[in-house]
Amino acid sequence: MFDTPHSAIDERLSDTKIAAKKVQVFYGDTHAIKDVDINIQPRSVTAFIGPSGCGKSTFLRCLNRMNDTIDICRVEGEITIDGEDIYDPKVDPVQLRAKVGMVFQKPNPFPKSIYDNIAYGPRIHGLAKNKAELDEIVSSSLQKAGLWNEAKDRLDEPGTGLSGGQQQRLCIARAIAVNPEVILMDEPCSALDPIATAKVEELIDELRTNYTIVIVTHSMQQAARVSQRTAFFHLGILVEEGLTQDIFTNPQDKRTQDYITGRFG
Amino acid sequence: MTDITSEDSRKALCNPTTEAVRNSLSRRNRKQVLLQSFGIAAILFAMGMLFILLGSIISSGYHAFTQTHIQLEVYVDPEEIPADGLPRGGFNDVLAAAMAVHFPGIDLADRVAKRELTSILSNGAQFILRDKVVSDPSLIGQTISLSVPASDPYDQLNKGLVERDTPEQFRRIDDAAIARFDRLKELGMVSAPLNTALITNADSRFPELAGLKGALVGSFWALLVCFLISFPLGIGAAIYLEEFAPKNRYSDLIEININNLAAVPSVVFGLLALAVFIGWFGLPRSAPFVGGLTLALMTMPTIIIATRAALKAVPPSIREAALGVGASKHQVVFGHVLPLAMPGILTGTIIGLAQALGETAPLLLIGMNAFITSAATSPFDSATALPTQIFIWADSPERGFVSRTSAAILVLLMFLVTMNAVAIFLRSKFERKW
Amino acid sequence: MAEHTVKAYDDELTALAGRIAEMGGLAESTVNDAVAALMTQDLELARRTIEQDGRLDELLQEIEMRIIELIARRQPMGKDLREVVSAGRIANDLERVGDLAKNVAKRVIAIDSGLTSKKLAIGVEHITELALNQMKRVLDAYTRQDAKAAAEVRENDAEVDAIYTSLFRELLTYMMEDPRNITQCAHLLFCAKNIERIGDHATNIAENVYYMVTGERLEEERPKVDETGVVSN
Repeated sequence: MFDTPHSAIDERLSDTKIAAKKVQVFYGDTHAIKDVDINIQPRSVTAFIGPSGCGKSTFLRCLNRMNDTIDICRVEGEITIDGEDIYDPKVDPVQLRAKVGMVFQKPNPFPKSIYDNIAYGPRIHGLAKNKAELDEIVSSSLQKAGLWNEAKDRLDEPGTGLSGGQQQRLCIARAIAVNPEVILMDEPCSALDPIATAKVEELIDELRTNYTIVIVTHSMQQAARVSQRTAFFHLGILVEEGLTQDIFTNPQDKRTQDYITGRFG
Repeated sequence: MTDITSEDSRKALCNPTTEAVRNSLSRRNRKQVLLQSFGIAAILFAMGMLFILLGSIISSGYHAFTQTHIQLEVYVDPEEIPADGLPRGGFNDVLAAAMAVHFPGIDLADRVAKRELTSILSNGAQFILRDKVVSDPSLIGQTISLSVPASDPYDQLNKGLVERDTPEQFRRIDDAAIARFDRLKELGMVSAPLNTALITNADSRFPELAGLKGALVGSFWALLVCFLISFPLGIGAAIYLEEFAPKNRYSDLIEININNLAAVPSVVFGLLALAVFIGWFGLPRSAPFVGGLTLALMTMPTIIIATRAALKAVPPSIREAALGVGASKHQVVFGHVLPLAMPGILTGTIIGLAQALGETAPLLLIGMNAFITSAATSPFDSATALPTQIFIWADSPERGFVSRTSAAILVLLMFLVTMNAVAIFLRSKFERKW
Repeated sequence: MAEHTVKAYDDELTALAGRIAEMGGLAESTVNDAVAALMTQDLELARRTIEQDGRLDELLQEIEMRIIELIARRQPMGKDLREVVSAGRIANDLERVGDLAKNVAKRVIAIDSGLTSKKLAIGVEHITELALNQMKRVLDAYTRQDAKAAAEVRENDAEVDAIYTSLFRELLTYMMEDPRNITQCAHLLFCAKNIERIGDHATNIAENVYYMVTGERLEEERPKVDETGVVSN
């Protein structure tokens, strides 16, 4: 009845995209992430929830080594994607980030045209041999991001001229333009209104068939809506991880229970 | 719950706090009015000072923008100016003859009388005539109409800067000279056109001939050298410090030193340049190249600080966005951060260059206050710069240089204002919204 | 359990639980009154009992409204969600209990000739006691959030079923003894069946309480064999 999330994971070890073992993150002297073990399944949405400062975003940023840009940040333990250790000295973060795309809290299109926003990644990685191929990548990325109809007639207009929700979908299109396997989303809807949020959520649900998506969210309802699995972080510890419906109807840990029912003082 | 809140707010209208606030309100408002009036007074004071400054410069400088000219009908006498010995011809005698036409009582054989007569004309008048004839020898034997500058004392007289009421012995020109000038005026030979010589001539001992061309060219070369050195170096240093250097004690130390460097008095840079560039490297004195190097030393900290501020102002979300799609560090910096920071960098650079343009002390120390009568053709020729030219003129005893000093200051100010305007324009034009 | 950060949410959940308790009490007394009316042939009491059922219907509606409002406004999660959903189900069961009591009361009016012998009805009284005891215990378990007690209530339902089986045999015997009893006994048999159904609803409630408290469903299917069929052979 009370089987731990770990044993549940072990059964599915064969079906793991990202595996973290005993991950520790330090910011200077602060121990921000403590002993996090988690397996993330391919082609599904995994949500990280937890109160502010619980380390969920920090952990997310370990998955594409975004923390490397912070001098005082140190990561220990092992994180593998498809069995390959991403913190191996042989792995270049640039290579990793082409495989693990990221979408941020605030929509952050480049102050360039819509076209250039999406074409940027393929260009720097040399994914398109000629203009026609690049055009194809841009249009297919926009289609996948559900932005094609809104943006096809204004590809030369600045991306910053779009509405907030469109900007965020543009950022998602930009991320999928380099054809990643994993997409990390750091509170992608926190700056959006409910309608725009719904559109992004619908998009996430569609993308799930092709990508492994990890999403950090402050909204439990959002986690419940979009994810298949949910992980609850508290004070740098992964308290509980499991099927989303289990986490939200019958969490095993008292801290999870208190958090999802709104009982945290 | 809601009932309680609304009850509270109803109570708030007549609670002790309201009472206390009401009692202290007039005192607080008084203080605010006082503070505002202090501020307005300070601004008015500053504006007043600025107006006095500009007013005094303009009032003494505007005279220099016109120059008294004498219109002469000159017969280019082939006897005085033989076609085969042009440069050494008696141009002065020809001019004297042209003048003498209007003063029948004067005997040109009398050397004193002749000198008194030609003293109305600038010393440079004969050279103007010479240049004209040399460039077109067919003029010999013809009568040509020639406008030459009047010499400084008569220029002053014409502009009303010499008081006719002053007793004769305290004046630079005596009554007879005034009478001669007035006669020319009656004949309609005196005019006061725009003083283009101020821009087109180089320096001269004679105020009516002195111009800023040498100084402008010198300043141009110096600023060009300064820009070419300080801009790439400054940006490079700033990018390294801001984007790549690890944040530790050493980078902190460097940052403090750069900030201190920006505050070092400019004369110190002059001494340094004198010792290093001229003493060690043996570069030529008075050369705009050395001046540019010196100014680059001064401008670089300003550019570094401005560039760093501009780089810092680029939102981190842009960096993250580029990193997120797999851009490498240098792609992020050169593809996104630098272009976005460029307006700020350019603004800082222009402000720094404007500062360099007005800098005097270091240029004095490397000898850019020499008396040079021709414009430099390369950065290695001797030259003056605008501020040092002002310095030289301010030191000159001739009355005509007083107004020319002010005029030169106005020219300098005009350039500074223009550069600042360009900076503002660039900032508003290229500022990106994100 | 700790309080919610939003105090009003706690108040709403408490009020909802209070309504369920009130409804439970009302359902119990309705059953009690219905059977009392049966035993004493008190037609007046029977009528009042029927009216009481209307009050239960109103309460059910009110509770449903509260639940919908609570879900819309608070989006309950975890235990709260289970509590709210279970409250709805329990309220439904209690309303059904009221309906069953009403059926019994209607029978009282139907048996207009009155019971010829108290003896015939004693079995019904007995099963009612048991069923009401189940109800009381399960409602206690609900207010005390006691999963163990709820599981016990579910186990004890077998006893009610057993009593019903024996009561069935007993009434059958009375009918065979004297055909004049047939009408009365048939009525009583329906009453007994209604009471037995009340026991089943208590079981439903017990299952909901158990789920509400633990988040788990009671696993093994409860052995439920209708042994009344055996006798008819």
